[in-house]
Amino acid sequence: MISEALFFSAVLFTIGVVGVLTRRNAIIIFMCVELMLNAVNLSFIALSRLHGSANGQVFVLFVMTIAAAEAAVGLAIIISIFRHHKSVDLRNINLLKG
Amino acid sequence: MLQDLAAVDTHPLAATAARYVGLLPLIPLAGFLVNGALSLIPAYKRGPGDPSAAGHDHEHDAAAHAHAVDHAEQAGAPGDDHHAVARHRFAGVTSVVGPLVLVLSFALAVAIWLAMMGAGEMNTPYVQRFFDWMVTGDLKISWAFQVDQLSMVMVLVITGVGTLIHIFSIGYMQDDPGYPRFFAYLNLFVAFMLVLVLGASYPVLFVGWEGVGLCSYLLIGFWFSDKANADAGKKAFIVNRIGDFGFLIAMFLLFANLGTLDFTRVAASASSLGYDSALVTTICLFFFLGCAGKSAQLPLYVWLPDAMAGPTPVSALIHAATMVTAGVYLIARSGFLFAMSPTACITVAVVGTLTALFAATIGLKQWDIKKVLAYSTISQLGYMFMGVGAGAYAAGMFHLVTHAFFKALLFLGSGSVIFAMHRAYHHTGSHEDAQDMRNMGGLRKYMPVTFVLMWIATLAIAGVPPFSGFFSKDGILGAVFARAQHGALAEATWLGMPGSAVLYVLYALGLVTAFLTAIYMTRMMLYTFHGPNRTGEAERAHLAEAPWSMTGPLVVLGVLSAAGGWLNLPAALPIGPVGVLEHWLDPVVGAATAAVAGTASEAVTSTEYFLIGAAVLIAVLGIAFAVARLKPAALVPKRDAVPSHGFEHVLEEKYYVDEIYDDAIVQPLVSGSRNVLWTGIDRGIIDSLFVNGSAVLARGVGWIGSQLQSGETGAYAWAIAIGALAVLGAFTFR
Repeated sequence: MISEALFFSAVLFTIGVVGVLTRRNAIIIFMCVELMLNAVNLSFIALSRLHGSANGQVFVLFVMTIAAAEAAVGLAIIISIFRHHKSVDLRNINLLKG
Repeated sequence: MLQDLAAVDTHPLAATAARYVGLLPLIPLAGFLVNGALSLIPAYKRGPGDPSAAGHDHEHDAAAHAHAVDHAEQAGAPGDDHHAVARHRFAGVTSVVGPLVLVLSFALAVAIWLAMMGAGEMNTPYVQRFFDWMVTGDLKISWAFQVDQLSMVMVLVITGVGTLIHIFSIGYMQDDPGYPRFFAYLNLFVAFMLVLVLGASYPVLFVGWEGVGLCSYLLIGFWFSDKANADAGKKAFIVNRIGDFGFLIAMFLLFANLGTLDFTRVAASASSLGYDSALVTTICLFFFLGCAGKSAQLPLYVWLPDAMAGPTPVSALIHAATMVTAGVYLIARSGFLFAMSPTACITVAVVGTLTALFAATIGLKQWDIKKVLAYSTISQLGYMFMGVGAGAYAAGMFHLVTHAFFKALLFLGSGSVIFAMHRAYHHTGSHEDAQDMRNMGGLRKYMPVTFVLMWIATLAIAGVPPFSGFFSKDGILGAVFARAQHGALAEATWLGMPGSAVLYVLYALGLVTAFLTAIYMTRMMLYTFHGPNRTGEAERAHLAEAPWSMTGPLVVLGVLSAAGGWLNLPAALPIGPVGVLEHWLDPVVGAATAAVAGTASEAVTSTEYFLIGAAVLIAVLGIAFAVARLKPAALVPKRDAVPSHGFEHVLEEKYYVDEIYDDAIVQPLVSGSRNVLWTGIDRGIIDSLFVNGSAVLARGVGWIGSQLQSGETGAYAWAIAIGALAVLGAFTFR
């Protein structure tokens, strides 16, 4: 039971990482990041059950709250990028220079 | 430490004037502060800069302003017609304070001396500790003064002769704009010199040793606006550094092996170094290197003739009577070390003798009156080292004392001559050389007092009885002869040669030097005071004796030079109390003398009378030879002189030693420093490689970093992923 849950979590996380690394569309990358977050959440729940402690579940609630806020900010940034560049393809955008 | 304090409290000197010994250097130091403060006040209303610089400005000013002092009335300082314009505003205060502090010091010194006389036999020194100076680890050095018979002799000479020279300086220097500065330096010198001779440990002595070096530098370059004078000061300072290096090494070796630097403790534990061991010889020779620098012995003597660039009272006080004899004092003070190393003893005697002979030959052909006296001083210092090297510490110190009398007299007398010459040339505005003997001649008519006194000093230095120099020089030569016959030195070998033979050769060379001494001193007197006058028609009318403030000290020194021999009469000539100084110094140097001399019988033998007779004969022959050979009447003034040839010219050019040093040491050092150290190492390696190299490196690393920062989000994501994997991998597989 626990190993299946962790395996599933790892698969989800890897899919998220690969998506972040390979895709160019900002929205897709953003969704992949959410996928990674939820993979971690799944690990938390599984381990919380394994240890018989509520700590993991509390963490999950925190992560979901933060993720909601992050989603709001992230989507806002993407919208403003789109307004500026008329595109959300990250190949065209290299603003993150020091 | 507790035992020491107890010993001090019960010392016979504890409740006498000796407890004020700490004041001895403080009194001249107070004079330094007062005169130094005065010297900071500009001499004139305009030109707030240095007094000498102000003097220059004033010279131009004087012509323009009616109230300015009249040039012609100002004699100024001799040998220096560029600076002397007017007296310093506070010259009167300096005239009182400068010599007064010396008089007070001398009075205190006499009080301590009387206390020592009253205390009777005193076999341990009176050591007074003031505070702990350096305490780190095993090293514990107190600021402590030591009163014993040896330091007392030096203190009396320094303050006594110093007082006379200070009084002389009033007349000699008061028209110099830097008058308070001069007395400030002179007072500071006396303070440091007293620290030197009173210090109870090598480090305290070293403070005085360096302090007098500093004052010597300041006073040689007193008229520093002439580059030659400033260079002479630098030369003295730099050459002395070589000697001081030796002094420091010797101190380090002593501390590393004995763990203490106090004289009393080193003396007590010196035997643990091992008799005639390589270690004790090394320590002694390094100390002697220090002495050779300070006391102008071969090969470090070159600074002393140049030091004559300073005012003449400075030459008398520092470069004849006191500072340059510090090396002799150091060896007498370290007698317990030198007595353990016959090798070092003979080395000291050999170097001293060779210096005496070498300098005497140069003195034969010098024309500058002060240069003659400078080489004569080097030569006489060589005699002193011959004496202390032969373990005759009392004889060496005796010659130190009598030399202080007659050489101070000779220098001050020459100062008086230069003063008169300078004044005469100043009246007519001539730019002839006031120190060249070829411009003098026949001065006995114009300066009778100086003339008589200078002859007394000349007879003393030449070794004619009954003047002081005869007894002290005879004491040294007799001691060298006695050591050659028996004792530790005669049995030792030196560089494979038997010590006895070496000492006999030294004795013979000492006699030759005595002969040369008589010749060059007589030559100086003949050319200066006898024959026709060569100063010039117009100037002759202005030649006159110096004022009494200058001739007074000369008279006192003349009496001392004539009668100084009675301080230490030899047993062979009991025309008074015999061996007073030797007996007085016995508690300090007696053990060391006995260790070197062995248990020689002190009975008067016919040999001693023969030696005395030989010395007198040599001196008289030298004077007679000079009188017969030299013709002052045939001499022409300096401007008409023809260059000399052959060996005479080599002597006149001082064996080209300065040139040889310049080519062999100075120029290689300069070019090596410039081409290797500066161009190669400083600019090549340090500047190019380290300084600019690190900048290039930082810029390169920065360029690589900036290339990584492309702004591509994908690249960043890859970097993060790979980095996270690397961290995970490191944790997993460590």
